Amino acid sequence: MCPGGSSASAGAITTATAMRPEQSPSDTAADAITTANIAEPDFPDHFDDEPLYAARKKIYPQHVSGTFRRLKWALLVITLGIYYFLPFIRWDRGPNAPNQAVLIDFPGRRFYFFFIEIWPQEVYYLTGLLIVAAMALFLMNAVAGRLWCGYLCPQTVWTDLFITVERWIEGDRREHLLRDQQPWSVERVARTASKHFCWLMIAWWTGGAWILYFGDAPTLVKELATFKAPPVAYGFIGLLTFTTYALAGWMREQVCVYMCPWPRIQAALTDEYALNVCYRHDRGEPRASLKKAATLHEHGLPAGDCIDCRQCVYVCPTGVDIRNGPNLGCIQCGLCIDACDAVMAKIGRAPRLIAYDTDLNIRARQHGGQTSYRIVRTRTALYAAIIAVVGSVMAYALATRHAQALTVIHDRNPLFVRLSDGAIRNGYAVHIANKHRDTQNFVLQITGLAGADVETIGSDRNSEGEPIIAVGPDQTRQVRVIVTTRQPLEPDASIPLTFSIMTANGQIGAVATDRFVGP
Amino acid sequence: MSGQTERRDQLAHKPALESSHQTATTGHEWDGLQELNTPLPRWWLWLFYATIVWAVGYWIVYPAWPLLSSYSNGVFNWHSRAAVSSDLAALQTQRSAMTSRLAAASLAEIESTPEMLDFARALGGRAFADNCAPCHGAGGGGAKGYPNLVDNDWLWGGNLDAISQTITHGVRAGDEQGRQGSMPAFGRDGMLKRDDVLAVADYVRSLSGLSTTAGADLSRGAKIFADNCAVCHGPDGKGNRALGAPNLTDQIWLYGSDNQTIFDGIWNGHGGVMPAWGSKLDPVTIKALTVYVHTFGGGE
Repeated sequence: MCPGGSSASAGAITTATAMRPEQSPSDTAADAITTANIAEPDFPDHFDDEPLYAARKKIYPQHVSGTFRRLKWALLVITLGIYYFLPFIRWDRGPNAPNQAVLIDFPGRRFYFFFIEIWPQEVYYLTGLLIVAAMALFLMNAVAGRLWCGYLCPQTVWTDLFITVERWIEGDRREHLLRDQQPWSVERVARTASKHFCWLMIAWWTGGAWILYFGDAPTLVKELATFKAPPVAYGFIGLLTFTTYALAGWMREQVCVYMCPWPRIQAALTDEYALNVCYRHDRGEPRASLKKAATLHEHGLPAGDCIDCRQCVYVCPTGVDIRNGPNLGCIQCGLCIDACDAVMAKIGRAPRLIAYDTDLNIRARQHGGQTSYRIVRTRTALYAAIIAVVGSVMAYALATRHAQALTVIHDRNPLFVRLSDGAIRNGYAVHIANKHRDTQNFVLQITGLAGADVETIGSDRNSEGEPIIAVGPDQTRQVRVIVTTRQPLEPDASIPLTFSIMTANGQIGAVATDRFVGP
Repeated sequence: MSGQTERRDQLAHKPALESSHQTATTGHEWDGLQELNTPLPRWWLWLFYATIVWAVGYWIVYPAWPLLSSYSNGVFNWHSRAAVSSDLAALQTQRSAMTSRLAAASLAEIESTPEMLDFARALGGRAFADNCAPCHGAGGGGAKGYPNLVDNDWLWGGNLDAISQTITHGVRAGDEQGRQGSMPAFGRDGMLKRDDVLAVADYVRSLSGLSTTAGADLSRGAKIFADNCAVCHGPDGKGNRALGAPNLTDQIWLYGSDNQTIFDGIWNGHGGVMPAWGSKLDPVTIKALTVYVHTFGGGE
C-alpha cells in the first residue's frame, strides 16, 4: 500500500467501474452472479474490530529544484514580503490623516488603501471585492485546477517556509528520517528545540505583522518593544503566533485534507478541460526499473517511461502519489513535475511524464486522437466577464463617489399632518455624511413643490432663507426637515421632491429624492 | 483475479484494496459503488475529547446545574442580570458628559445648541419609542383620542415649558400638579336633552365651516353652546388651554369631526388620561423627551 493517496480520499465513494474503462464486458455476467449470491451470510469477525481513527503518517518532503520550485520561491518571497512589510509603506494624505499606505483604522472608522479611503457605510465595496475574489478563485480553478492551493494559499506558503526551516535544521528527507529513528541525544534535542524556536519566531513575527495593519506601524513597533502597546495587541500576537505555529508547523497537509472546504468546492466546480497536475499514463505501463524495462522490451512486452523511483512521492508536501490520478490530497504545487523531470533528464527520457494536462488529452494520446488545450471556453469567459463587470462597477463607483452623502427618510407615521389651518405637512429625517476632515456647511435645497415652506430643526439660514447645516469632520448628522404647503393638493397626492446639498463652493454635493404625500 | 471471485470477496464484507486508490474498502458495495474505509484522523478525536474537557470547565466557572432551591453559581460568580446592569452603567458613564450638560441647561438652551439638540433628539427618540409610542404612535401621529403631537394644535400648550409640565405630571392621572378638567357627559347626566345635544353638535360643526344637517337651527345651538360650552371652550369656541378644552374652530379633531362622533362626545363626555412620567423617568430623559416632542414640527 502506498503511503500517499490513502488519507487523501477521505470518505469518498469511488465509482469502481467508471475508474476502469478497460473492464471486460463479461463483468455484466459477473454482476448477475453477484446479485444472486447477495444473501450469502459470511461475515468475518475481525471486520468490526477495525479502529475508527487513524494515526497520522508523518511526511518528510524531500528537497527538489526546478521550474516550479523556482516559481514557488518567487511567489513565497513576493507574498510574504507584501505581508510583512506593507504596513511600513508611507503615503502622504495631508494633515490630520494617517500616513500609512494600508491601514484599517477602527477608532477613526476608515480603511485606507493607498489613494483609496473607505468609510464604514461604504462596506459594500467589500461585497464587490469578495465577489471578485471568489470569481478569481473559480477562474484559476477552471484554467489550471488548484493554482490557489499550490502556490498562493497562506497555508501552503507558510508551510513551505516552515518545511524549509525544518530541512535547514534537521536535514533533508533521508537525514531527518534517520534522525527520527535514533534515540534522543543531546544533539537531537538541541536540533528539535532550535527548530521549534525558529518556528515560533516566524509565527510571532507573523502575528506581529498582522496587528501593524490596525495602527501606525512604526509607533506600534516601538510600543511593542517597550511593552507599552495595548493589551489587545499582545493578545492578537499571541493568538496568531499560536495559529501560525500550529497550522504551518504541526497541522500542514492535515489542514488541506481534513479542514479546508475549498478542495470539496473546487472538485464540484471543475470540468474536463481544466489543467491539472497529471501522471501521463499514456507514456506506458507497467512501471519498471531501467533494467527490468530493458528485459521486458527484449521479450516484446510493454514497459512505461516511469521507472518507479518514487521521487514524485518523496517531494510531495502532502504525501500523495500523483500516479494514482487526481485526488483530494493533491494541492497541485508542481513539485512532483520538477522531481520527475530531473529523473527523466538523468535517464535520457523525455521530460514532463508528470505535467499540467487533462485526462481528455491523456486518453486522446492513448488512442491516437487529437489533444486540445481549451483555456478559453464558456466557463472561463464567464468568470472573466463577471470579474470585469464587478471590477468596472466598483472602479466607476469609486471614481465618481462624493466626499459627502445625503440620505432622506420620509416619516412613516404619520405620513402627513394636517395643521389647524388645513395646511399639509410632511416630515423627513435627513442624514448628511461629511467625509471631509473639517467642518462643512452644507446648504440644503428642496425642489419639486412650488410655494412650500421648508423648515429645518436646529440649523441656521443663509441670506436667501435656505437652511445651512453644519456637519463636523468625519461625522454624519441627522436633521429633521419639515415641508409644509398651503396649496390645495389632489386627493392621494404623492409629489416627487428633490433634496440636494450644496457645498461651500456652490457645487451640488449630493442629491436624493423622496415624495410629498397628501391626504 | 476474475471479476466473479473479486465480487464474491466484497460480498463477504471483506475489507479489500480498491484498485485505483490502493485504499482499504469497507467491503460494502452498491451497484458497483464501493465505500473506501478512511478512518478519522486521531488528532480530530483528541480535539473532540478536548471539547468535552472544555465543557466541564464551563460547568465549573459559570452557573450551570440546577440545585434544589438554587443553582451552581460557578467560580466566576457571573450572572446575566449583573452583566446587564454593568452594561447599563457603562452606557450611562459613556453618556454622562452629555447628560450632565443637558441636566444643567435650560430647555431653550438645549434647543438652540446644535450639539445638545442632536443628543436630546436621539435620547428623546429612544425614550419616546419605549414609553410614548404605544398611544401617540411611533412618529407622534396620534390616534383617535390620543393627540397628534406633530401638528400645531395643542390642548395644554405647545411651548417647551407646557410640554415639560404635561409629560412630568400627566393629564388627569391623579397628580396634584397635573392637568385637570374634563368634558362632562351632558346627555348621560341629564344636563341636556337629546334635541339640545343634536342642535349643539350641528353648531359645533358650523364653527369650523363643516356642513350641518339640513334644517338645523344653528341659533338654538349657539344659545345652548353659550350657556353650557362657552365656559370652557370660550364664547367663540377657540378653546382654553388652562382646562385642556380644544379649539373647536380649527381643522383638527381629537376624536373625529363627523356628526355622530361629536354627538357622542357631548352625550358621554371625554376625559382621556396620560400618565405622569415624572415618577418613572429621570429629569434628563424628560428634558430630552420635551425637546423631541417640541421639535416634531408643531412646537410653539
